[in-house]
Amino acid sequence: MLRWLFAPGFFASPPVHSALIAGGIAALVSGVVGAFTVLRGQSYAGHALADISVTGGSASFLLGISPLWGFAGTGLVAAGIMDMIGIRRPRGRDLATGIVRGAGLGLGALFLYWDTTSTNASGVTITVLFGSLFTVSSTVLPLVGALSAVALGIVLIGYRPLLLSSVSAELAVVRGVRVRLVGMACLIAIALAVSLSALTIGTILSTALLVGPAATALRLTTRPGPAIALASAIAVAATWLGVVLAYDSFTWPPTHTGWPVSFFIVVLIFAGYVLAQFLTQRPGRVRAQEA
Amino acid sequence: MLFAPFMVNAWIVATIVAVVAGVVGFFVVLRGAAFVADAVPQGAFAGAAGASLLGISTLAGLAVFALAGALGIGWLSRRGRRDVATALTLVLMLGLGALFLSFTTEYSAEIFSLLFGEVLGVSAAELLPVALLGGACVLVVLLAYRPLLLSSLAPESSAARGVSNTRMELVFLVIVAIATSMTLPVVGALLIFSLMIGPPAAARSLTANPLAAMALSVVLAVITVWIAIAASFETNWPVGFFVGTGGAVCYAAGRLVASWRGARGQVSRA
Repeated sequence: MLRWLFAPGFFASPPVHSALIAGGIAALVSGVVGAFTVLRGQSYAGHALADISVTGGSASFLLGISPLWGFAGTGLVAAGIMDMIGIRRPRGRDLATGIVRGAGLGLGALFLYWDTTSTNASGVTITVLFGSLFTVSSTVLPLVGALSAVALGIVLIGYRPLLLSSVSAELAVVRGVRVRLVGMACLIAIALAVSLSALTIGTILSTALLVGPAATALRLTTRPGPAIALASAIAVAATWLGVVLAYDSFTWPPTHTGWPVSFFIVVLIFAGYVLAQFLTQRPGRVRAQEA
Repeated sequence: MLFAPFMVNAWIVATIVAVVAGVVGFFVVLRGAAFVADAVPQGAFAGAAGASLLGISTLAGLAVFALAGALGIGWLSRRGRRDVATALTLVLMLGLGALFLSFTTEYSAEIFSLLFGEVLGVSAAELLPVALLGGACVLVVLLAYRPLLLSSLAPESSAARGVSNTRMELVFLVIVAIATSMTLPVVGALLIFSLMIGPPAAARSLTANPLAAMALSVVLAVITVWIAIAASFETNWPVGFFVGTGGAVCYAAGRLVASWRGARGQVSRA
């Protein structure tokens, strides 16, 4: 059974080690931060930040630095702009988010164009957009660890006010929570989580790790602590299983060059969400988490 | 050169695209459905990749995936949070796109143009399907104009008047899907959406009258696309860059005018 699941050489391969470590950390952070993203109804902000990190990723190829710097840098700048032009108001929030995303991605298009014309990197578009976990070098791992620590630190330090303002902004204001500051911190944590998973499954797919596991977990339990733990567990499980399957798929038709890791991870996450929905849909059961 | 014979098709198609985006975008902004309008085109891109794999028409692949995506979002969001349903439908389609792309060997330029737009690639044969789809799109919007407007502005009272909000949601999603499949090859999967929300958002902050706002939104969209094409032709940079920037400029201008008016205390905005 084990031999059937793990193709020969799986545990001995250095790219697999890096993929498992980087992917696991990114998934863990995405699960934790994702729970707040879903609670706050900020999936779209997460997606927009993910899209915008295309700009950073493509710029980093122009500059010749690690894409992770680009992802995180543009993510933080975009989060600042979004906060500034007011994505706090519920009405028009999506519009402001979308406008920032459009402008950012437009710039990304330009950078990618320069990447493909001025340098010899014709595969850059695909790498930036859809990721390639197996090419993550082990030298990036310390940076991955540092960024994750910052994101998790924000969530840990601000846990109570963050949770309170996510569940009820009015109540938080009454209790003296500085809602705007908390919102900004949360957006920064989202930007960092997204940039980490952009490295794993590509910029435009990183929404999957952020939103999917968290939404699945919040379907199964409504208590915040267990939901966060469950979300991280689902994210890490999907990522690692995805890596295993992608490694196996090198012998699969039609090309025998392997199916993309991102494809497996996304499909596993989606299947988990749909499954959780059917499990919780027994008649008569009250679903308290419905927005 | 900008108006050379081979550019005529591009101008015609781009104008149709802008008109449709302006009309459909008006309802996108009105319904606050930015995420859906963002997700459907982006996901539909996978359909184009699949179509090129199977060797069938790109437009067919786009249409199938855009419709499937729109219906999937509609179906999933009946059972859970809407933004989560949208995000997950989108990433599933993009995941398929990644798979399709990994199967094909010839990509780069073609895929780049699908993602970020290409004006020169419009042939005379593509003109008719785009015109037909665009016409259909505008026709559906005009036919469903009243109920759609009602359910967008006041969902509660529209239910009381016998307009089914669920059905209007479906009509809206299908319109977005059709608009997507025809506009995608020109403006690109990742940036159609800028065209669908920038100009309408600006129009909305300039006038409260729905018909005037829709007309203004079409005018702004057409201007944005024309500038984008001319600039793209001159610089050889991707159309998407100019459309994305143009959309943001429209929005910023609209907000500026609105806040200037608000400061003078003449207009109370919603």
